[in-house]
Amino acid sequence: MIAYLGRRLIQSLLILLGVSLITFALLYLLPADPVRQIAGRSATPQTVENIRQQLGLDQPFIVQYWRYLTKLISGDLGRSYIQRSEVTELIVSRLPASLLLMVGAILCELLLGLSMGLIAAVRRGTATDQTLMVASFVGVSAPQFVVGLLLLYVFAVRLSWFPIGGYGTWRHLVLPSLTMGILGAGWYARMMRSSMIDVLRQDYVRTARAKGLARRAILFRHALPNAILPVIAMIGIDIGIFMGGIVVVESVFGWPGIGQLAWQAIQRVDIPIIMGVTLVSAFAIVLGNLLADVIAPFIDPRIKLR
Amino acid sequence: MKKFLASTVAASALALMLGMTSVRAEDAIDPNAKQGGAITITYKDDVATLDPAIGYDWQNWSMIKSLFDGLMDYEPGTTNLKPDLAESYEISPDGKTFTFKLRHGVKFHNGREMTADDVKYSLDRVTNPKTQSPGAGFFGSIKGYDDVAAGKAESLSGVTVVDPYTVKFELTRPDATFLHVMAINFAHVVPKEEVEKYGADFGKHPVGTGAFKLAEWTLGQRIVFERNADYWHKGLPHLDKITFEIGQEPIVALLRLQKGEIDVPGDGIPPAKFQEVMADPEQKARVVEGGQLHTGYVTMNTTMAPFDNVKVRQAVNMAINKARVIQIINGRAVPANQPLPPSMPGYDKEYKGYPYDVAKAKALLAEAGHPDGFDTQLFAMNTDPNPRIAQAIQQDLAAIGIKASIQSLAQANVIAAGGDKAGAPMIWSGGMAWIADFPDPSNFYGPILGCAGAVPGGWNWSWYCNKDLDAKAAEADSVVDPAKAGERDKMWSAIYDKVMEDAPWAPVFNEQRFTMKSARMGGADNLYVDPVHIPINYDNVYVKDVQ
Repeated sequence: MIAYLGRRLIQSLLILLGVSLITFALLYLLPADPVRQIAGRSATPQTVENIRQQLGLDQPFIVQYWRYLTKLISGDLGRSYIQRSEVTELIVSRLPASLLLMVGAILCELLLGLSMGLIAAVRRGTATDQTLMVASFVGVSAPQFVVGLLLLYVFAVRLSWFPIGGYGTWRHLVLPSLTMGILGAGWYARMMRSSMIDVLRQDYVRTARAKGLARRAILFRHALPNAILPVIAMIGIDIGIFMGGIVVVESVFGWPGIGQLAWQAIQRVDIPIIMGVTLVSAFAIVLGNLLADVIAPFIDPRIKLR
Repeated sequence: MKKFLASTVAASALALMLGMTSVRAEDAIDPNAKQGGAITITYKDDVATLDPAIGYDWQNWSMIKSLFDGLMDYEPGTTNLKPDLAESYEISPDGKTFTFKLRHGVKFHNGREMTADDVKYSLDRVTNPKTQSPGAGFFGSIKGYDDVAAGKAESLSGVTVVDPYTVKFELTRPDATFLHVMAINFAHVVPKEEVEKYGADFGKHPVGTGAFKLAEWTLGQRIVFERNADYWHKGLPHLDKITFEIGQEPIVALLRLQKGEIDVPGDGIPPAKFQEVMADPEQKARVVEGGQLHTGYVTMNTTMAPFDNVKVRQAVNMAINKARVIQIINGRAVPANQPLPPSMPGYDKEYKGYPYDVAKAKALLAEAGHPDGFDTQLFAMNTDPNPRIAQAIQQDLAAIGIKASIQSLAQANVIAAGGDKAGAPMIWSGGMAWIADFPDPSNFYGPILGCAGAVPGGWNWSWYCNKDLDAKAAEADSVVDPAKAGERDKMWSAIYDKVMEDAPWAPVFNEQRFTMKSARMGGADNLYVDPVHIPINYDNVYVKDVQ
């Protein structure tokens, strides 16, 4: 176990290092010149060169990357080119909002996805099953931008049940969580359905049925706990999908998380922020996967760590 | 336009009588204005900084104007200069020395009185390369600028504190734009002790002399301004509080405006909703339209074949159907025939420009040796509506045989291509187009049409460099005497007419601004399309529903 963990940690660090190198290189190769953006339209070439020197952007790639890495180790992500604030401060101030959204999204996708999958499995082969599976397919394929605007229009503008975007109360959280959750709910419904069908075929379920146990008891006490575990273990992997989703969903709903920060930084070629958000996201994904793998054997004894 | 010229002439006549000394008259305060109340304004993008030496974007430009003041400003809703923190100013007969008398008793938000030392400190700071100000270049005419910019000096030798209420500027050349330069945000006055206290984070803790002070800033969410009760300009501001909500998509902002949750969507009416809004009389009544100091144009790289041939460039000017391009943006613009926008002094009303004439354009191409046209590239920024506009231009060019492939890229990449001599044959300027920093004709020349901008990383994407015109521009800018402003404007008109003869650009349109506001907002319409306080003049607007 310890050896396994150690190996996985080293792997994770290598992945993060790789991500930082690739992102840094891609941003370095970008034809856009961040110095010109900082210097503005009225700057003389001399001003531009002064700024380039101060930021160390006149140095060769390897020097720049090395400087970035050494600062990174001490937790310093640098200063934003455009906002001129510490990147760490910007990310930290926005992280709680993104985490909250993630929790809301996980709740939504589990609630929606698991119940849809469960019903579909129990009513396997019926019209209900088919309808739910078509719905899950739509959920998986619908672009989040469209889903978000649709939900906003129906539930916020038309029905006034929820506020039109923004941040602050639980009512602000519902629509963005739902938008993020619908994508995952589609996957979970499909996984839950097949997992449940699988479990319902098992001998112990047949035995329980033969004992004359109530249908409800068989489903909820015997089948569900076993069917749900492998599905739950997927949540860690979801984090990667969420990291992509928050960029879109946070922009639509005006949700002040790191996705919105990333989107704005990309538009303005604010390299320190792009680097910072990418690294934080990569860290979250690596951590999520690691947790999913480590926890899996505890949830499902059929899986062994190697 | 007429009105503006008339008032300039009147002011100039007055200035002449006083021996080129100008004394400010107190602004008239709107007698209908009510005191108090709070409004909410939304923006999509984060407010980067509120440091006047650094802030240079759509959201923070006008916010900074409300937190800080400069020696000069403009009468609300107009392009007419007036002294602001200065009480009066004097220009030497050779146009190279400007002396400002400061008003007494002006206090920073921290309670300390503002003096001439602060003015000097602020200018030393903005020109210091360590500040990394995008506006440092505006101060190039001040004596000692080059040494400060090169890091050889810490202080501008041309700025002298005569006494606590008098500051003198010596310039290396007569500069007719200098009063405008003293009005831009980069010249706003900051208190040294606060800048030193917060260092690089001063932009998050702004302290100025302005009508409002910062009350709250929740990163990425909200900025709250509250009224500066000690504001030196009695009777202003009218509002007690302004809340800026950040991160709101324009379309969401419009929905919230319709529900009465916000007062002004700072990013305007989203293009997709424009027709819907204008078709609804109730909503249309709350839209204010105004000109802006903006021109959208196609640049042609005059150093690249075949655009090195003036006939080819003229042909492109004749090939573009501007009326159709304007349809694409729902008529939110007027056709342009010269670099200057119509509301800018120096705009030549007599100039007719190139007509839309496909046959003539084809003939010109044939004369230039391209009877069958040629292949080229048209760069454009990749956000709507720019790719669609580029496509319309592409079709127009195809009609005369020019096959332009569209390179639709992120803003920074297009800017980079334009600043590279061999980068881009043609660029549609939309989304990056020139909006004047101050309402003076010279502002459309130097960086974008003059030789100084035709350098790697510059903004003269046509790489047009006409030494003769550069000399004429310098000559026009040396006419400092306000009484000769009309003469100077004529000189500038002639310069732009000559530019059009050489046709490094095909001017396409001048965008109109449309601001929408809630029914409770009061104040003259021109405050909502203020040419300088963009997008709106926060100091002078008010709400009607307070007691």
